[in-house]
Amino acid sequence: MPWDRNDMARRAAQELEDGFYVNLGIGIPTLVANYIGEDIDVTLQSENGMLGMGPFPYDDEVDADLINAGKQTITELRRTSYFSSADSFGMIRGGHIDLSVLGAMEVSEKGDLANWMIPGKMVKGMGGAMDLVAGVKRVVVVMDHASKAGDPKLLHECSLPLTGQQVVDMVITNLGVFEIDRGKGMKLTELAPGVTLDDVKAQTQATFEAAV
Amino acid sequence: MKKIFPDAKAALEGLTFDGMTVMSGGFGLCGIPENLIMALRDTGVKDITVISNNAGVDDFGLGFLLQTRQIKKMISSYVGENKEFERQFLAGELELEFNPQGTLAERCRAGGAGIPGFYTKTGVGTVIAEGKEHKDFNGETYILETGLAADLSIVKAWKADEQGNLIFRKTARNFNPMMATAGKITVVEVEEIVPLGSMDPDCIHTPGIFVQRIIKGEHEKRIEQRTIRERETA
Repeated sequence: MPWDRNDMARRAAQELEDGFYVNLGIGIPTLVANYIGEDIDVTLQSENGMLGMGPFPYDDEVDADLINAGKQTITELRRTSYFSSADSFGMIRGGHIDLSVLGAMEVSEKGDLANWMIPGKMVKGMGGAMDLVAGVKRVVVVMDHASKAGDPKLLHECSLPLTGQQVVDMVITNLGVFEIDRGKGMKLTELAPGVTLDDVKAQTQATFEAAV
Repeated sequence: MKKIFPDAKAALEGLTFDGMTVMSGGFGLCGIPENLIMALRDTGVKDITVISNNAGVDDFGLGFLLQTRQIKKMISSYVGENKEFERQFLAGELELEFNPQGTLAERCRAGGAGIPGFYTKTGVGTVIAEGKEHKDFNGETYILETGLAADLSIVKAWKADEQGNLIFRKTARNFNPMMATAGKITVVEVEEIVPLGSMDPDCIHTPGIFVQRIIKGEHEKRIEQRTIRERETA
């Protein structure tokens, strides 16, 4: 059985360490917060200007002035601090955030990432993604192994406009886990239960070393 | 000099002209100057270049200025919540300059602080870096980005005093403090105007020197993604 969204989030949560400051992207990465081990102390950063992000509010706690980067209502914790977008990206660009988990459309075997636009089709923007991958110490991508049409998303070279060059350290897909030595190459280090190396090869264009 | 104005319309009087550049604070719909955006629309000013992280939604915030085609160009990091924006852009009716969010924030900060340019590693190796000066520092490559300024900045804060000292609330702060510094004229709308001396001087986020005009507004504070959890019942 390949991993589902929650399994991928649970696996990504294992990359968090005690004392880490972590930025979680929108979509599956947001789910990582549900699987942070109780034995470690982690502070979540939201790039719209908050450190110490709490869970979603109860119905009577909703505050329009308190949202995360996905524009969802959230809550504060006793450790929370608020700051401007300039300070927020100072933290990010300045290398003070330990780990970022984000989604992707394509990742190359050298660690290039594309996740912000499809020319002629999707005009949304990069938001904070380019700053995050340029500045955060370690970047973990969580994504489906292939596109909805079945095309591989792990490629020799990205075909879409890049978010960053040689910026990804790990990719977690529904089929397994890849470690990337930025600029050098990638290695398959784990398989999801019931998934074979041949299954992965069939859905991967990128060159990788099998270490499973 | 009196900084407090009776309403948004009065606060924009004499400040708007066709082809002007306007910075507008907020992240999504959080911390946007709702009243001043409406008043800007009502001036009928055209061909505006708007610098704002987002473009509102179809029927709120800067979406109003898109509906009336008063915006010529947007400088933003993310516009994914606005279908009218996407339609106008893909039809070639609207210019768009995407900036990475942190670069946009720093460009506003730099513009207000008298810094004409700065180097950043954000965007190196992407389309953002095309045509920009590259320079290596300590073995890493950076690109040159420029500071941004505006003819007018419209800003939302929580509280102001008559001097224009501002306090923001929670994540509604976002781009507002930098934009307040980068406008030739900065107009602020607040939820409450408080007596001088009632805010702790150590806790003021934006000093009044950056603020020229102030109004007290009425705020709908629309929520984009109302996300809640259920209480466990015992």
